[in-house]
Amino acid sequence: MTESKEPRWARSLYSQLVEGGVTLFTHVPDAGNAALIRLAQQNNKTSAVLLSAEEEGVGICAGADLVGGRSVVCMQSSGVGNCVNHLSLVKGGRFPVFLIVTMRGDYGEMNPWQYPMGQAVDAVLEAMGLLIFRVDSEEDLEVATGAALSACFKGGQGVALVLSQRFLGAKAF
Amino acid sequence: MVDASLDRRELLPKILPGHAEYLIVSGLAGASRDAAALTSEGDNLFTMGGAMGAAVSIGLGMALCAPDKKIAVITGDGELLMNIGSLATVASAAPQNLSIICIDNGQHGETGGQKGHTAERTDLELMAKGAGISAVMTISRPEELETAARFLTESPGPRFLWTRVLPGPPSDWT
Repeated sequence: MTESKEPRWARSLYSQLVEGGVTLFTHVPDAGNAALIRLAQQNNKTSAVLLSAEEEGVGICAGADLVGGRSVVCMQSSGVGNCVNHLSLVKGGRFPVFLIVTMRGDYGEMNPWQYPMGQAVDAVLEAMGLLIFRVDSEEDLEVATGAALSACFKGGQGVALVLSQRFLGAKAF
Repeated sequence: MVDASLDRRELLPKILPGHAEYLIVSGLAGASRDAAALTSEGDNLFTMGGAMGAAVSIGLGMALCAPDKKIAVITGDGELLMNIGSLATVASAAPQNLSIICIDNGQHGETGGQKGHTAERTDLELMAKGAGISAVMTISRPEELETAARFLTESPGPRFLWTRVLPGPPSDWT
């Protein structure tokens, strides 16, 4: 692979997910997941799948598992609200659903519309039985990603790797 | 009113005679009963009982991760419409091995037969084409079943078959 211009953390996260067997990166675009998705598009070992709505990615995680594949779904925090009923696949079907949530509406947010869903993310995920692995700094990322991969694809849990605004930086929009 | 004369209980065996070669996911309620009757609840079938609107997405995940397998989604009009945007996702991802079959009775059969959108104005053929799926076919009469079976085996994927059926009961399988 040629030297990428993407941020170090995104390259590290991408590599760790690929080593964990992930081949599908489904997503609704967000500034926070853009670099990860570009990496998935550039490498022929992985595919990036554009979704119409985030909950489709939850279904795709289940479908991938039914045939022995591994998928993650990347979304902004507002997308967690869209996923709720599809997350029944976690408790109802014990499917390994792996969410990567890039936060809005937390540390340093200036857009008032982002707060209602951003502040509800943990409560919604916990209500649906997902385990939350929160990343507040680059030092957290590798350990949290490794723990989430083990819990999901070995432990059969639904997981959310939550990249906070403290880590990503608050957006000026 | 829809001019349909297909009995859904006789539909799937006629259009999917090679069902044993497929991995199948079915949507809720009647579609699951019909798919279970088709395969005698075979190992190649995953039936949904919740997460309404997820069937197409699950089928897409299967199709993308198992490109050498034939994948079929069998679902109802209500389940499909709940996440109709997933047809655009299918069109963009364009898996060659995915067939989507909608069994449309124009009503919410499981909850008392309340009228659905397709009973009046909603055209799923136009919606599938508009989403970008190029192989789209609609049937509503028994004499079209043979052509529909050929459509599922011969047209390039991903493909969408809209079957408009009588509002009678689904297959007797619980």
